[in-house]
This record gives sequence, structure tokens and C-alpha cells, in this order.
Amino acid sequence: MPMTITEKILARHAGLKEVKPGQIINAKVDIALGNDITAPIAIKEFKASGAQKVFNKNKVVLVPDHFTPNKDIKSAEQCKILREFAREQKLSHYFDGGDVGVEHALLPEKGIVVTGDLVIGADSHTCTYGALGAFATGVGSTDLAAAMVTGEAWFKVPESMKFIFRGKFNKWVDGKDLILYLIGDIGVDGALYRAMEFCGPAIDRLSMDSRLSMCNMAIEAGAKSGIIAPDKTTKTYVDKRAERPYKFYASDKDAVYCDVREYDCATIEPQVAFPHLPENTKNITEVGNVPIDQVVIGSCTNGRMEDLRVAAKILKGKKVASFVRLIVIPATPLIYKQAMEQGLFEIYLKAGAIISPPTCGPCLGGHMGILAEGERALATTNRNFVGRMGHPKSEVYLANPAVAAATAVKGRIAHPDEVIKK
Amino acid sequence: MRFKGKAWKFSADIDTDQIIPARYLNTSDPKELAKHCMEDADPEFVNKMKSGDIIVADKNFGCGSSREHAPIAIKAAGISCVIAKSFARIFYRNSFNMGLPILECHEAVDAIKEGDEVEVDLNSGEIVVLKSQISNLKSQIFHAQAIPPFMQELISTGGLMEWVKKKGKT
Repeated sequence: MPMTITEKILARHAGLKEVKPGQIINAKVDIALGNDITAPIAIKEFKASGAQKVFNKNKVVLVPDHFTPNKDIKSAEQCKILREFAREQKLSHYFDGGDVGVEHALLPEKGIVVTGDLVIGADSHTCTYGALGAFATGVGSTDLAAAMVTGEAWFKVPESMKFIFRGKFNKWVDGKDLILYLIGDIGVDGALYRAMEFCGPAIDRLSMDSRLSMCNMAIEAGAKSGIIAPDKTTKTYVDKRAERPYKFYASDKDAVYCDVREYDCATIEPQVAFPHLPENTKNITEVGNVPIDQVVIGSCTNGRMEDLRVAAKILKGKKVASFVRLIVIPATPLIYKQAMEQGLFEIYLKAGAIISPPTCGPCLGGHMGILAEGERALATTNRNFVGRMGHPKSEVYLANPAVAAATAVKGRIAHPDEVIKK
Repeated sequence: MRFKGKAWKFSADIDTDQIIPARYLNTSDPKELAKHCMEDADPEFVNKMKSGDIIVADKNFGCGSSREHAPIAIKAAGISCVIAKSFARIFYRNSFNMGLPILECHEAVDAIKEGDEVEVDLNSGEIVVLKSQISNLKSQIFHAQAIPPFMQELISTGGLMEWVKKKGKT
């Protein structure tokens, strides 16, 4: 029977020859991930179950990245639960202090997640790893607790949707724009319970950083997972990082999809998602005059080197507009170091930006850049829900890093061409 | 299991940030979380609702984050069950895993008005609108989508961790 890449990875990990959409399977997980918000509940349930040891100390990964550096006493207590558990269980992948980065940037970078893996994470953006050609999906704390005990998780095999991207990219367009455009097309539940498969000549040309941005936001269309079949770009990325053997899977030519959609990139401009849903997208040329109080460049969606470079390109020799705060958050310690060594920090600082340590911080309204009542932010993050970045009466607009940097300079949502000619 | 309570209606795409804003996620204590249940969708909700009441929402309830704090906050606030046209998948999964009864029923959501008294039979999936604020109908009966057998097994065993224990995996 022909299968999609998603079905093949699930079948392999369930020890089955084949699986069909709708089938309930129990599958082995390669990595089970938790953070400082979700893992404390999982650890409590793990202990309550009477379990003594995690199923594999190399496969349970804890990253306290949401409220770190510790925001207050309560969050410090949550992080302490992770630290003590990591020490007690001798976890080989626990990141703290100067080693911590935003989890979905950190795990691919360190080669902890590899191509062909089946990954669950108690964080909805776990779907990011689909960019490596892995099946990865977000779950809750109880699922994480069960996987820490058994090394397994149950899944309903999802139907797959295929999204084919063709054509040339417009100036300043990257993976973020493709996924925002797509969510604008199908809506925030347009892929509910399904696996999204991104393919086509335009995806083949896409960098790994852009692929990670795309798969990261599959959840914003309601999907269980997003995936890009591994190719040369994947191999180059994974080869120098993988800490375990990896495996390439590909969809069969006659695999079955519940929906196939095609997009011509030539028609896709930089996108801006208006409050309060990622599906409220507009072309940058249709935005109008929207003044902004704060700009955030970072997160598991857009805090990688490619993102920081394009932002610096626009900010070079420019100043952030008066009464606007620009916060740049390199997603991992390595990205931080590279950005510093490559001179990007100097550009940011001269422009008047704040450089934050790696953290999820403001993306979820945690800390390090919270909005007051009536304030408006443009962010390279993934969600613009009510109150997402602070006060319930604040607003968040989503865009790519080039638009974000141009917006910081202009003090209103701006096209990068208004600031620089590429 | 049967529940009876007053219906509180919510719109489509209620995300987990509205159910329990991230500013309260520096704790996982159910009592603390319950105080802020639905706060960014309706700041007065926890003061208006009574234990046993039912949330009735349009499509894609619980979209966004994987935070299990969302169903925990709803359950700890005393909500007996959530009926929606559809649920976001992680919220759906979390609810079964931690024991918040949820039902999918398009027609019931359209028929139920805020303040209606609703009775739910979780085993049969029957939703009865006992007393409607608007229509004069005495009672209307709806049938929720069947719960997959595996998930029924999870519920009858007492949640995922109990199921794991029963399978002798701890």
C-alpha cells in the first residue's frame, strides 16, 4: 500500500508494515521533550505513577526556556523541579543557565532531533522538527509523563494534506511568509488533526532556517504535524550535528492525500497577520498606517541566524524610531555567539535595540517585553491571540524579520523596501 | 456519568491564552489556575459561573498552546463538561488524558443559548436542553459524536497514567 512520509515514520516506530489514517497506534518515541511550564506537571505525574527511572536518560529532554532567566519566585520553583529531576535521573540533555536556548531552535542545532525521528514534546511548537524530515507533534504534560515512563505514545494516524509551492520568491519573502499566506488561505483550523506536507520546487530551494519557520507554524493551522521530505539541504544540516544515526523517508508517488493545494510564490508578498488570529493575513502593501510601540525579533519561529542577518541588513546605519522599543532575541547561545562575532550586535546596539538572552520571554507574554493596555507590537513570533504578549487590550501583529526591522525603523508597519533597497 | 448545569456560550477559536493566560503559568496549582479560568475571554466568568455549569463553544475550542493548565483550570473551576463544534487536537487529547469530559456536537452548540439548562449523559453522548431561555420548547435532544473506543478505554481506566499502570509499564 502506498504511504506518505508521515505514515511511513509512524508505521516504522509502531513496528508495523503499514498504517492507515484513523488507525490508533502505540509507537516508540525517539525524543520526549518538556519545558519549565509543562514538565513540572509531567514530573509530578511520573512520580505519582510509582515509576523510578525514565525509559532512557538520553531521550528525555528538558529545556527551561519559557520563564528563564527566572522571572519570579514561582517560576524559579518550577525551574527547580526540572533541575532536580534532571540531576536525579542523570538526564544527558538538560539545559540551564548559559546553555539554555529556545527549545525548538536548540534541539535541531544540537543534533538531538534527527531526520526520521518520532518526537513528542509538551509544547505545541514541537512540530518545528518536521523541517528535518521527522514526525514531531505537540502533546500535553500527561502524555509526556506517560512517555517518560514507557518510551511510547499513542497516536491516531492523521490524514495528510499536500501543499505544493512553485515559482520565484518575491523580494524579502521567506518561509514565514509562505506559512502565513497558507494559514490565511485555510484558516486556523484548516488542517485540524491532519499532517501538513510542504513540497514543490520552491520548498526545495528553501533554506533550513526558513523550513524550520514554516513547520513551526503548522500548529497555527490546527495541524498535528508539518513535514518537509529530507533532501540535500537536510543532509548538509543534519550530517554535522546528528548525535544518532538518521533515516530518510519519502512519500510514495501514489500516496493518498485528503487535500492537495498549489501556490505560486510569485503572487506571495511579505505577509502581516493582524490581531487576534494568525489567519488574519494581509499583503504588506495592503496594511495601511499602523503605528507600533514594540518590535520583537526572535522566538522558535524566527530567532535563527538567517533571521538575525536579514534584520541586521535593514538596521545597518539606521535608528529605531523614537518611542519604539526593538527587542532582538537570539534563540540559542550558539546563535548569540555567532551574531556577536559576525558584528550583528554592533548594528543592533547602534540602532538602539535591546539584545535579550535566549528565552521564549515576551512571545507568550511571560516576561522581558510585556505590553501595556492599548499598546501594539509587531513580532516575528507565531501567535497574536488576545493578550498573548501582555495586557488583554494590547495587540500583536505577526511578520517576518525583514518587515519587523523595517517597522522598528519607521515606527509603523513598513515594507523593507521603504528602508533599504536589496 | 450525567451532568446538569447552566450553559455559558463562547465564540469560535477560543485559544488556550484566553482559557488560562500565560501570565499565570508560573504555577501548576489547580486552585490558582481556576481563579483565572477564561479570564481573557470573559474577565467576570469565574464570578458568574457555578460549580457544575457547562461551557458551550463554537469551533476549534482550545487552539494554540499545549498547556494542560487549560483543561486543568476549567475542571478546577468546577465546569462539569465542555461542548463544542470542534476541539483543537492537543486540547482534545489533554482533556481525555486528565479527565475533563468534552463532547463534539455541531447542532447542540447552535441550539443552546446562554443560560439554558443542559443535561449531558457522557456514556451515551446525549445532550438534552432542558429549559431554553429563548424558545418555548420543553426539551431538545442532541447526540454528540461518538468517542473512539480507545479513548473510551482511557476514560474507563481513569486517564492515561492509570492506563499505563494497568498495562504494567511502570
